Parts: sequence; C-alpha cells; structure tokens
Amino acid sequence: MDAPQTAAGRFARRHRFRWWELLPWIAAVAAFFAFPTYLAFGTQLLITILFALSLDLVLGYAGIVTLGHAAFFGAGAYTVGMLASHLGWNEPLSGLLAAAVVAGLIGLVSGLVLLRTHGLTLLMLTLCTMALLEQAANMGAHWTGGFDGIPGLSFGKILGLFSFDVLYFRSQYLYVLVVLLLCFLVVRTLVYSSFGQSLTGVRENLLRMHAVGAPVRARLVIAYTISAALAGVAGGLFTQATGYVNLSALSLERAAGLLIILILGGYGRLYGAFVGAVAYMVLEHVLAKAYPTAWQLGIGVTLVMVALYARNGIIGIGEALMRRLRGANTA
Amino acid sequence: MDPASILLGGFASGMVLFIVSVGLSVTMGLMGFVNLAHGGFAMLGGYLIVLAMKHWGLSFVAALALAFCAIAAFSVVLERLLYSRLYRAQELDQVLFTIGLVFIMTAAVTLGVGPETQVIRLPDWLRGQTNLGFMTYRTYSLALIVVGTLIMLGLWLGFERTRYGARIRAAVDNRRMAQSMGVDVGRLFTVAFALGSGLAALGGGLGAEILGLDPNYPLRYLVYFLIVVAVGGLGKVSGVFFAALLIGVLDFVLKIYFPKGGTIFIYALTLILLLARPQGLFGKKGA
Repeated sequence: MDAPQTAAGRFARRHRFRWWELLPWIAAVAAFFAFPTYLAFGTQLLITILFALSLDLVLGYAGIVTLGHAAFFGAGAYTVGMLASHLGWNEPLSGLLAAAVVAGLIGLVSGLVLLRTHGLTLLMLTLCTMALLEQAANMGAHWTGGFDGIPGLSFGKILGLFSFDVLYFRSQYLYVLVVLLLCFLVVRTLVYSSFGQSLTGVRENLLRMHAVGAPVRARLVIAYTISAALAGVAGGLFTQATGYVNLSALSLERAAGLLIILILGGYGRLYGAFVGAVAYMVLEHVLAKAYPTAWQLGIGVTLVMVALYARNGIIGIGEALMRRLRGANTA
Repeated sequence: MDPASILLGGFASGMVLFIVSVGLSVTMGLMGFVNLAHGGFAMLGGYLIVLAMKHWGLSFVAALALAFCAIAAFSVVLERLLYSRLYRAQELDQVLFTIGLVFIMTAAVTLGVGPETQVIRLPDWLRGQTNLGFMTYRTYSLALIVVGTLIMLGLWLGFERTRYGARIRAAVDNRRMAQSMGVDVGRLFTVAFALGSGLAALGGGLGAEILGLDPNYPLRYLVYFLIVVAVGGLGKVSGVFFAALLIGVLDFVLKIYFPKGGTIFIYALTLILLLARPQGLFGKKGA
C-alpha cells in the first residue's frame, strides 16, 4: 500500500466499474455461441438472474425479509399474458413496460400498507399478499385461465425486427440479456447512489436512521416499488419467452426457490444473484430430472449449512478465501 | 347442509389446526424463532403412525402415543443440535434454516416411504355415525372435537395453573425480565418445543383424514398454520384455539359455497386483521 486511502476517496471510487465486472456479460455472450442448443435454458437462467436481482434490492440492501416476491413476478407474467390473449396486445417491449407498471403499482400499494410492520408480521403479510394473488388468478378463470393458465401465446417482433425463435430461443436469449443488462445498470446505479446508501443504513441501524431524520418509510416503499417493477419485468419476460403463464408463476415454491438462489449466491452483493442463479439452475438442470428427490435433499442440506455456517453465500466464501490469500501474502 | 353439521365439520378441522399449530405459537412466542418446519414434524408424526399401524400392527391409539413420544424426542435432538445455534440469528437465517429442514424432511419421506398419499385406517369404533340425540354425525369428527377440547383444557390448565406455565407466560411477555428473575428460558424452550412438536405429530396423524398426508404436507399447509398462529396471537394457547376454530369453520363454509378458490377470503381477512392488529385477534397489545 503506498498512499493511505481516505474513506471519502474510497466512497467516491467504489461505484467505478472494475474490469472483472465485464466477465459475466462476456460469459453470457460466449454461452450464446458455445451452447446453441441450450439457449432455452439460458433464457430461463437470465430471467431468474433478473428476478433474483430485484429481490436483492429489497432483501440484500433494504433488509426487508419477504417470502412473497413471486407476487410481482406473477403480476408481470399475467399482465403480459392477459394483454396478449384478451386484447391481442403482443408487442413485446410495451408489454414489458405494462408488466413493470402493473407490478410496480402492486408493489407501491402493498408496500405503503405492509411496510408499516416488521418481523414475523411482515413475513406473514407478504406471504398472504402472494397467496391472495394466486387465489385471485385461480378464481378469475375467464381472464387468467384459472388452474391451467394461459397456454400457446405468441408475440410480435422485438422492435419490429426480430421475431421470437420458438425452436432455439436465439432471439429470446439476446433480448432477455439486453433487458437484464439495462435493469442491472439501473440497480447498480441505485445501489451506489446516496439512496442506496440510505437503504443500507436502514438495514444496518433503523433507529439511527430515524434519528438522523431520514425518511425511512418513504425510502423503503420506493425501493419496494422499484424492486416489484423489476420482478414484473422478469415475469413479463418469462411469459414472452415461453409463450405461456400459469399459477406456478405466483407460487410459494417460486418465491422460496428465489430466496434460496439469492442466499446461495450471497445477498446484498449485486453479483450474488448471478452466481446463485447459475449455481442453482445448472445443478438443478443436471440433477433434478434424474434424481428429483436427491436434488431436494441436497438443497435442504445446503440451505441448513448456509444458514449455519456460510451466511454470505458462495461470494462470501470467495471473499473470505481472497482475504486469507492476501493475508498470507503480506505476512 | 344444516348449520349444525357445518359447525361440527368446521370445528373438527379447526381442532386439527389447533393441535398442529399450538406448539408453533408457543415456540414463536418464547424465542421469536420463525420455525417454518413445524408442519414437517406433523408430517413425520403422521407417517410414523401410518407405518406403525401397517407394519408393526400397533393400534391407532398406541401409534398416536408412539408418534407423540418419538417426534418429541426427535425434536429435542434437533433443537439442541441445530435450532439452538440460531436463536440470536437474524430472521432470514432462521427462515432459510427451517425451509432447508422442510426440504430435507420432504425428501426423506419421499425416499423412505414414497411420494403417494398415505391413508390411515381408522379403527372400527371411530368409523360410522354417532347419534347425538338431535342429529347423527360422523363419529371421527366428533372424536376430533372431543380430543381437541381435552388437549385445549389440558394445555390451559398447564399454562394457567402450574408454575411451569407461569414461567412460560412470563417469558413470552418479557424474556429478559423473566431471565433476570431466574427463569431458565433455554430449558423452558426445549420442553415447550418438544411438547409442541409432539402435539404437531398427533395433529398430523389425527388430521390425516381431513388434511391428507403426503410429502408436500409441510409446504402446502405452511401458510395455514402460520395464519392460525398470527391470528391467535403469539404464545397464547386460548387465542390459537379460537383462531383455529374460526378458520376451521370459515374454511369449511367457504369450501362448500365457493369450492373454487374460496380460501381467498381467508387470506384477505388475515391481511386486514394483521394490518389492523399486528399482535393478532387475541394477542396482547405491544407483546
């Protein structure tokens, strides 16, 4: 170390892009050429990353423990699905926008109401909100297709240029990748802004944030709304890429699975969503079909281990290793 | 259906909810531990009862007693080895840990017994109808109501009339104060946890007739058990009892009149209730 870094200097620099931040995107583009037959899976993976990223904003940065994040994913997915099947509105980009608006509105309204509470009550309320939406989708069979959902949707060309590729998912993959990149840039900017700092402040010390006069509830509600809108985009992408939507979009399984992905990768770390989704979904892809029960057992054991020993997930383990290595070098 | 039989049917399923959920309420009230795996103990108990009756030829009542003891003992082992490490951890870690446990239990049951729904063969004296004088009703539902009421009375007496119950109530109200008065809350919790898990095992077996029994049981009914606890108030035995009956009857009525997705009303009501009274319908304010 030559010059001692001041805290302010470090803070000013921390938002700068580092070279390794390009790696995931290079890998994603490389995967497009390397695995042309796995692009359907790749598309799902990218959508899951976006969904996990949205959860990271509320869980990792704002510290809101929610079990109902699939509510917003489902809201976006059903918005796109219903617009396409009932109104014939199948232009993809405006569909995504609609998904973001609807999911964001639900996030805003539920956030305004739910974020008054905390702890177990908040957990229950997020769970109930999701269950409520799931039942509503189940009951409104005329609009939502009920239990069977809406199958066989088709969408128009992206930007009027690229049509969806039902066979190999080539255009879907790139489309989702671009949307993910844009959303990621939004989240990254947000997290490193003073707004993101105040969210972290709320997570770390609620009392002190109140004491310094920060508008805690407003900040939380805004973060919740943005996160919901992003989750809605992920849901909308899901419907557009697969051409169907059903009740599983709103299920507890999806919400719990997402939580697992984010924790596995490491929450509150931006790239945790990437690492977690890749690790989880690749393993699931390989194991779940051949040995579904063993897969479930393995996930259970992993979760217990993570909760007991590795609270910062894979990235956290990596960081600890790096620290050790560096410590060994300097010593 | 006439009102009396609706009420009886609702009470019967409410009793099952009560027997399963009461332990969850006490453990959450005592330690603030978010135990999403509670339904897992109910499932394990149910499976143990089925297996004991099928393979070891135990009678229904003997199998129930066995399941109560075995699951209570098993839960103590888990509590001492694993749960106790997370008492001071964040909610998120507790949620992850217990969801992990649910997955392990579900997978273990699928591997060991199989994915199909299990049926408990009721003894002859619990089948058929019973004449109540003014009407006849399913014997098993009536038996459930009697058993549930007895458990409720037993727990109530234990909570309100014994020194042990007084300690638990004190610890639920104010853990630190109770500790400083010399109450060993850790030991208290272990006992309450064992009792609650044992009762859940009973509920899993007794309720198999109504709730079914398959590897997905803990996740499917997770929201229901949590709702009962949240509505009843943490650590309140009588609160959980009335909440369970309320939800049991409500659910029963909705399933008859709105067979498609009537549960939406239960979720909506819970949502409104928790917003208005975060401490639950029967909980004390500020608890």
